Formats: sequence, structure tokens, C-alpha cells
Amino acid sequence: MTKITFVKHDDEEIVVDAENGTSVMNAAVDNLVPGIDADCGGECACATCHVYIDEAWFPKVGNTNDAEEAIMSLNPDRQETSRLCCQIPVTDEMEGLKVRLPEFQF
Amino acid sequence: MSVAEQEFNHMFGKDPYSIPLEDYDVSQPELFMSGTELPYFERLRKEAPVHYCKDSENGPYWSVTRYKDIMEVENNPAVFSSEPSITLVDPDPDFDISMFIAMDEPKHGDQRKTVQGIVAPPSLAVLEPVIRERIVGILDTLPVNETFDWVDKVSIELTGQMLATLFDFPFEERRNLTYWSDVATTIPGPDALIQSIEERQNILLTECLPAFTKLWNQRVNEPPKGDLISMLAHGKETRDMGPMEFMGNLMLLIIGGNDTTRNSLSGGVLFLNQNPDQYDKLRANHGLIPKMIPEIIRYQTPLTHMRRTATEDYVLQGQNIKKGDKVAMWFLSGNRDSEVIENADDFIIDRKLPRQHLSFGFGIHRCMGNRLAEMQLRVTWEEILKRFEKVEVVGEPVRNYSPFVRGYAELPVQLRPLAK
Repeated sequence: MTKITFVKHDDEEIVVDAENGTSVMNAAVDNLVPGIDADCGGECACATCHVYIDEAWFPKVGNTNDAEEAIMSLNPDRQETSRLCCQIPVTDEMEGLKVRLPEFQF
Repeated sequence: MSVAEQEFNHMFGKDPYSIPLEDYDVSQPELFMSGTELPYFERLRKEAPVHYCKDSENGPYWSVTRYKDIMEVENNPAVFSSEPSITLVDPDPDFDISMFIAMDEPKHGDQRKTVQGIVAPPSLAVLEPVIRERIVGILDTLPVNETFDWVDKVSIELTGQMLATLFDFPFEERRNLTYWSDVATTIPGPDALIQSIEERQNILLTECLPAFTKLWNQRVNEPPKGDLISMLAHGKETRDMGPMEFMGNLMLLIIGGNDTTRNSLSGGVLFLNQNPDQYDKLRANHGLIPKMIPEIIRYQTPLTHMRRTATEDYVLQGQNIKKGDKVAMWFLSGNRDSEVIENADDFIIDRKLPRQHLSFGFGIHRCMGNRLAEMQLRVTWEEILKRFEKVEVVGEPVRNYSPFVRGYAELPVQLRPLAK
């Protein structure tokens, strides 16, 4: 299990235990973190699991992949550290990962 | 009946399992008007999930009918292009209206980004009270215990008012927006709203385009404001559009905001009447509304499909799709795919994952108005439940003659007020 912190738009922090081998999106949905809709179920096809990666963590998590980039480039709330969290696998290296939720999912 | 009509209506009224699969053509509008289309798709999902129709009113095309295969096509816009058209009907070379839904990158993204703000969540907070006021205005003038047409008095009226608001279009002329949208999507025929394609083009060119050009000229000379025409007139990527592109994108926004929400507004009433246990559940717990709305949108699937065109040969489920082939992604069918959606044929207002449906499409062309649509439906149901014990369907609905826009021309209802 890997600890991941979701910071809501109102700064409230939700810490969840994520199962390795799933995605950060799955961790959010399984733990009922509000604000992660994940309409497409993890196919990188809807952009409703958008998160901002904590600055300190961004180099480790890395940039968007090609499929993600195609859909994120249309998102008006896009920032430097934006990712779709269905594309981030949960591994031991992610212990302590912190991500911030946008105000809206489009 | 013309030869063409005789040739392309052989599906209707026949047992889906009596027709050889090689003769299948699920795009025949009779199936949808009679409300008998679903079993044909069920057979395709089971026996020929990626199916080639060798000829139809609009030539040969592939049908993709399973949820996961549709997702694969949606997620590969380089191979499955949205150009030149997102319906099976090819564009008329003499009437080339272009809209960004039927464009590929980068133009699609550039134009979409210009207008998506108005229907995106941050604007919705501002729009919601306006929408609620309009909905209340409509609901409070409806007759009680008396038969009327829900489609005309509520579904069309509400979406018409909404479009007029979004475009800042003259309010008293709002039914023109509905009319132009219907003109654009109706299949021409002797008893239809328009008799021919020429009539459609004529109405759009001589009525719709001048009305919007007038508004464009007005807005372009005013400071930018928050309506769609102003956004297009001032947007960097859209301000130099030619007249046909301008009209194309307006039609896209009108049709996108008209047919879809309108038919989900009618569909919801019908489904709750067909499933009284679900209506009871809703009356007992209004908190279920936000979960019910995506379920209504799934169950209705107001746009049955979108077309893509292969830019290269591609193998899908063992079938060889050739460069240039038309591919219909049948959202209506994927939304009934029990491999992905549990008890997909049932209308269940408190599903665990109600948002997992294909009605908005997926990928880069996913419906940009999805949150606006959901908000309109949610607010409407909140206000209905405050006033009425039941919106009772008292006759058979009249369905659209279209394989694309799945919806209702009429839905007779009577309202039962809440006990005081």
C-alpha cells in the first residue's frame, strides 16, 4: 500500500492508502475522493480525473504522455504540472505523493 | 414509394434474427421511429460487433457496436478522422458548411477552445440561477390535470430559451433557433418539415445566416461580452471565419444544445413512467437527482452515433477496415453493452457508476456542453419534484424519423400536483 494525499480545492486534505499496480485515479475513486469523476474509467478519453501534481513531486511523476497530451491540450484549466491521474501508476516510489484537485472537471 | 425507399427499409417489422447479417443496415430511420431498433443492435453486439453494411441510403459503412471497441475508435483520431462529416450523410460539395466537430487537429482544438468557455463549469455557476428562473417560469404556467404535449411546452421551450440566452439572441424570436436546428437535422420527405435538401439550404442561407450575420456585425462592433456570438466574433481563431464556417459552427452549437437536451428532458419523463419503482425511489429521495441525470442521458442516448472515416487500413476485432471507409460508432448500442454496464437494459436511477456511458462520446471530440446539459436537466428535475407528484404519460410518444437524433416529436402528459 502507498499513501497518496489529495488536496481539495478548499485545501482540505484526504489521505488514502492506494494499492500498488492500480492508478492514482483508482485510488481516488475507490476511496470516494470527491472531484475525481473518471467518466471513461481510466481510458485516457475524458479528462475528468485532472489533477495538479505537487511541484516537488512533478519531476518524479513526469510529464503527460502522448494520449494524455492530446486531450489535456484542450483543457482550459491546464497548468504546468497538470496530469490525468488515471495515467499515473501507483508504485512504492509514489509513497507520500501529493496532488491537488482543480475546482472543476470539464 | 420510390425505388430507393423500397430498397433501404427492409429491416423494419422483421424479427432481428430472421434477417441475414450480411443484409443488416441499422441506419434505417423506420427502426428508430417505431422504437424497435435496440434488438437489432443487440444481435450485432453478440454476433458481428464490427459489422460491414454493404449498401445503405448513404452507401456502405461499418457499425461498431460494443462499448470497448467504440472507445478504441474514439481514442484514435489520427486513424479515425472526423472529416469530412460526423454523420453517414456526406457533405454536399455545393453547400460546404464546416463545423469544428467535423474537423481534425489542430483546427478543431483551436476553434473549440474559443467557445468552450461559455458552456464550461465556471460559467455554469453564473448561468444556473438564470436557468432556474426560466425553468420555474415554464413549469408554473403549465396546465394541471389536463393533457398537453411535454415536448412542445417544456422540452423545446426550455432548450429554446436556453439557446437564446447563450447566444444573446432576440428572446421573442427564440423558436427560430429550434426551427433552424430541426431544418438542419430533419430527413427531407413529403410529410417532413422540409421536402428537399435544396429547401434546407435555402432556409439556412436566406433566414438563418442573415439573422446571425446581423448579430455578428452588432457584436463585432461592441466590446467582447459573454455570449457565443460575441466570443466567435472576437476570438482569435474564429474572427476571420468565412460565412459558411461561421454558420457551420453556429449550427453545431444550436444543434448541440437543442436536440440533445430536449430529448433527454422528454426521455426522463417517459423512463420514470415506464419504471414506476424508480419514480417512487426518486420521490422518496430527491438526493438521487444528480445520479439519475447521467442515467437518463445514457438510457436516451440522444445522438445514436457519430461517424468517423478511416485515414488508413485498420484491423478492429479481426475486421479489415479500409482507408476511406465510413465507420459508425453506435453510442446507443455501446450504452446497452452488458459487458461494461451492469444490467444495461434497465433504467436504474441510483447506479454505482452512472457517468460511465458513451452519450457524450470520448476523446478529443467529447461533448463540450456535457456539464451544461447535466445542469439543465438537474435543475429541471429539482423544480418538477417541488411541484408535481407525477408527470404522467397519458399516450404513446411519437418518435423521430431519424437514425441520428434519437428522440420524440410528441409526448402527451398530464401533471398531478403535490398534495397540499
